[in-house]
Amino acid sequence: MKNHEKIVREPLMHVVKRDDLVWYKSWAVRLLAVVIALILCAFVIVLLTGYDPIRVYSSMIQGTFGTSRKIWNTLQRFSMLLCISLAVTPAFKMRFWNIGAEGQALVGGLAAAACMIYFGKSLPVYLFIPIMAIASILAGILWGVIPAYFKAKFNTNETLFTLMMNYVAMQLVSFCIVFWENPKDSNTVGVINRATEAGWMPELFGQKYLLNILIVLVLTVMMYIYLKYSKHGYEISVVGESESTAKYIGIDVKKVILRTMALSGALCGVTGLLLVAGTDHTITTNTVGGMGFTAIMVSWLAKFNPIFMMLTSFLIIFLERGASEIATVFQLNESVSDILTGIILFFIIGSEFFIHYKIHFRAKHNKEA
Amino acid sequence: MKKVITLVLAVVMVVSCFMFTACDKKETGAPSNDAAKVNVKIGFICLHDENSTYDRNFIDAAKAAKEELGLSDDQVMIKTNIPESSECYEAAASLVDAGCNIVFADSFGHEDFMIQAAKEFPDVVFAHATGTKAHTENLPNYFNAFASIYEGRYLVGVAAGLKLNEMIEKGEIKAEEAKMGYVGAFPYAEVKSGYTSFFLGARSVCENVTMDVKFTNSWFDIAKEKEAANALISGGCVLISQHADSEGAPKACEEAGVPNVSYNLDTREWGPNTALISSKINWAPYFKHLVTSVQNKTAITQDYCGGLKDDVVQILGLNDKVAAAGTAEKLEEVKAALISGDLKVFATDAFTVKGAKIDSYMADVDSDEAFTPDTEVVADGYFHESEKRSAPYFDIDIDGITLK
Repeated sequence: MKNHEKIVREPLMHVVKRDDLVWYKSWAVRLLAVVIALILCAFVIVLLTGYDPIRVYSSMIQGTFGTSRKIWNTLQRFSMLLCISLAVTPAFKMRFWNIGAEGQALVGGLAAAACMIYFGKSLPVYLFIPIMAIASILAGILWGVIPAYFKAKFNTNETLFTLMMNYVAMQLVSFCIVFWENPKDSNTVGVINRATEAGWMPELFGQKYLLNILIVLVLTVMMYIYLKYSKHGYEISVVGESESTAKYIGIDVKKVILRTMALSGALCGVTGLLLVAGTDHTITTNTVGGMGFTAIMVSWLAKFNPIFMMLTSFLIIFLERGASEIATVFQLNESVSDILTGIILFFIIGSEFFIHYKIHFRAKHNKEA
Repeated sequence: MKKVITLVLAVVMVVSCFMFTACDKKETGAPSNDAAKVNVKIGFICLHDENSTYDRNFIDAAKAAKEELGLSDDQVMIKTNIPESSECYEAAASLVDAGCNIVFADSFGHEDFMIQAAKEFPDVVFAHATGTKAHTENLPNYFNAFASIYEGRYLVGVAAGLKLNEMIEKGEIKAEEAKMGYVGAFPYAEVKSGYTSFFLGARSVCENVTMDVKFTNSWFDIAKEKEAANALISGGCVLISQHADSEGAPKACEEAGVPNVSYNLDTREWGPNTALISSKINWAPYFKHLVTSVQNKTAITQDYCGGLKDDVVQILGLNDKVAAAGTAEKLEEVKAALISGDLKVFATDAFTVKGAKIDSYMADVDSDEAFTPDTEVVADGYFHESEKRSAPYFDIDIDGITLK
């Protein structure tokens, strides 16, 4: 009788929080998740399209690394995503939900475009580039600090505020395009100073993206050190864990919020600068192209660790480049590749659950049996 | 557990083996059988994918041209969802890497990036639809193309005018209530030229017609286009046409029961009871021109402008349920007059500007930053649209059309 009661009450399985897994075990779980995701994707590919999944995967790799141009292009996109992910990280670590990176980077880009249009031709390069960089960074800071100020002062909802600032930024860009458009009324700015290349970021060793990539790598290391070893970084984590604790130990929470969002905005401004002056040399409302939102995922997946973010942003870019390659090679609509990307990300995010929790199944038989 | 891990490891290894061996395969063009003909591979760069009526029109034409020329699958590559940024340049360059000797881009904002690629790869032909810079850049391998779509718009305008006449005769509206509405994307010459020719077509058969125009400031925005169409309808417009790429306006018209004249696509599917007729640009002849010119090493037209006579400008989807009786016959007659040149769409005695006939107009044909008017485009009693360059430059606000 007693046994019977026990069986009824014990559920099939229950979830228990794990102690921290050793690093290789947790990475094994993640790798396993990717492998299972790839196998599931293979089934989806066969069912939906009838193509050989191995060929599909190999063309994804081909799309990312196939030629030296593709490798550079991959690195460039990787570094842009990484840069904007670095930007959102300090804010997230502070539990400040900055989903306005898109807009902050866009106004940074807008400032760079304005500089290129108005002073690109008249100032010497060594003077112009620093001025343009400062303008972009200030624009990004402004866009980041406005919601932070309202949060610190009036405790407004930063998620909504930063989101709305994105739309303001987009409309601002649309507005400026009216003045800068070329040809008239076409709603496009075109490549700025196409003939003279005035105000463009310089090429290094004949590689047009190398400077962007190097800047972002340096920023990554600096961000890692800042978050991990500096007093500011410590304050950010304390404010993130508990504002009350932070207040109790004498941290000026408002100051930390403002300072951290200024940093976040500044880095977004740098992203905008690199996108406009270092990559596209034009501005559209779509210049940032949704990366400000993808950055949130990159940062979360890497648990706000800048070094791991290199991995996660590379993964996202790999999936994106691969997706566009299979769309071209197999003439599939890009929606198919979006499905695959979705499956893979779902598994990776899901694997975090198994790293932090374990599942106990009910014992198959009772001990007496 | 160990078994599982071993199994997984084995799978990973097998998969990765395949992946890396597959990697080594280099893409090679099909070997040329005919020594005299250059082997062709053409790459297309599209702003969106088939879900946009605009891009769909290019993709369909690409497939049609491929079919007619008997090109194989690996002689045609299509890249979709390429934004108007340096990604367009990267896409063009990677098409060249993949062996394309013709690269075509479909969106206006792609132009500067196509020129950048054209300068870098002088042996590859770069062609661009709707662009304006080929004749001023003067690169040997960069080309623009468009069509005298104003002829098609004029024709569908005639069909709209006949429909209005029928509504007046039936007593559904009074003659002075014959007002059309037009949903435009931007107040850009391409759009202005389009709605003006549409209006002139309608007025050629329905004397009293007027037209309201509303801009959405977007090429593709379903909600805005629908809203604009509804606003025009409630402002008293009894027939709607549009130059924007979504189903917004046709669907609004179907709901309100207002006849609709469409662009790029036969929209009877969206409005079985209201879709009247459409005009479109058929790009297949241009693609064939590109491919055969490269194959035979003949010259490519620097600034190609196809028209009704080349079957580049087409009218389609005439809906007998909606159109007035005798529309098809009348359209044949007008079409013949347009092709023969007896009828000019922008004849200066067909319209007035602030009450006066124009006898001179300087257009900004050679695009520059200051938009300097540089070319006289009125001569021999008509405005020479799409003759000085393929992309439209008629941007005059004529009497009878009200911008809302």
